[in-house]
Amino acid sequence: MNEINGFRPPVPGSQPSNDSPAYLTTRQRHPLRPLLAFPHTVTETTGPQFSPAHFPPMTDLSVVDGKAAQGERIIVRGRVTDEDDRPVAHTMIEVWQANAAGRYRHPQDTHDAPLDPHFRGDGRVFTDADGWYQYTSIKPGAYPWRNHNNAWRPNHIHYSLFGAGFATRLITQMYFPGDPLLAFDPIFHAVPDEAARNRLVSRFDLDVTQPERALGYRFDIVLRGRTATPMGI
Amino acid sequence: MSIATAFQTIGPYWHLIEDPAMADLTRFGAEGEVITLIGTLTENGGVPLPGSCVEIWQSSPPASEVFPGYGRANTDEQGNFRLVTLKPGPVPGRGNTQQAPHIAINILGRGIVTRLYTRAYFEGEPLNATDPLLAMLDDPARRATLIAKAAGPNTWRLDICTQGDNETVFIDI
Ligand SMILES: [Fe+2]
Repeated sequence: MNEINGFRPPVPGSQPSNDSPAYLTTRQRHPLRPLLAFPHTVTETTGPQFSPAHFPPMTDLSVVDGKAAQGERIIVRGRVTDEDDRPVAHTMIEVWQANAAGRYRHPQDTHDAPLDPHFRGDGRVFTDADGWYQYTSIKPGAYPWRNHNNAWRPNHIHYSLFGAGFATRLITQMYFPGDPLLAFDPIFHAVPDEAARNRLVSRFDLDVTQPERALGYRFDIVLRGRTATPMGI
Repeated sequence: MSIATAFQTIGPYWHLIEDPAMADLTRFGAEGEVITLIGTLTENGGVPLPGSCVEIWQSSPPASEVFPGYGRANTDEQGNFRLVTLKPGPVPGRGNTQQAPHIAINILGRGIVTRLYTRAYFEGEPLNATDPLLAMLDDPARRATLIAKAAGPNTWRLDICTQGDNETVFIDI
């Protein structure tokens, strides 16, 4: 018998629907048929493990070629745990973001804002044995998108995490406290539950802030937990 | 107890973390039956979805220092993707069941809020007949959306459609 501990289904309201029509391009892209319900197997309960030997950490996005990027330097620190509050140790986090002017170093980004020769916008960091991670960057700027008239994305940093299994894969975005654009953003508001939405907003943290150097923000991430007992067929 | 963090779309600019080398899972020197998995990603109406991320994971053969088991590829202007990996073998299922060889696939991209999860099986595998997941799909057309077809020497094609008439079977993960 292969007894398998699957991962718990999402708490209702805590995850966005792929059918989120206020985000216009979802309309032709979300499946119309119900998803096939199939209990997790080893395919879903295991997942890739990344080694710093193959994927070297890049924990300071604020310096390129020894020169400082334009913008407000920030430190982002947080802890990755699972739904049972256990640390997710030695897991890889990938981050990417626009520069201080709200422009991505990406050929598809045609926003009329300057590129910064000393900012690329990609980072990679591993959690420590207790789930903590930290990197240095600059605060990304807001940028326009064509979803609706006068649409602007709030300041955000994109995150990619893997965790223990393919089922724990997480792609998300970190926002900044007090951003007036959050109220109008259909991507942020695709998350139905207000508390779940607000957990995507980092908080200013004076303990992470470094004197004469950078403001600190705290952003914790929770990955799915396992079911309490192995599920039968 | 805490609640898992919400998904947000990977968006159009995920290429900042793209490394084209990651589309080749044999790049660290893995040996075995090397295959190429190709396909075209479309949305409703057969419109290609360029600039999206097709990522794969396979628990067979087991991941090792030379075989990450994970890879990802960009879709080009025509929605085409291409990944090089090792052909998976059978995978244990629940209880005493066995699953046919398959590769797990996530589709991520602009306009996809979370991820679309599916699997690629391989046409002609005897175990397909008794695979517990394929067995849930009575409609041969629906079932066919999960089965890659031979498209040349060691090359398999699986087209993926996010919505509409040829909509791929996506799995609740
Ligand atoms: Fe973005």
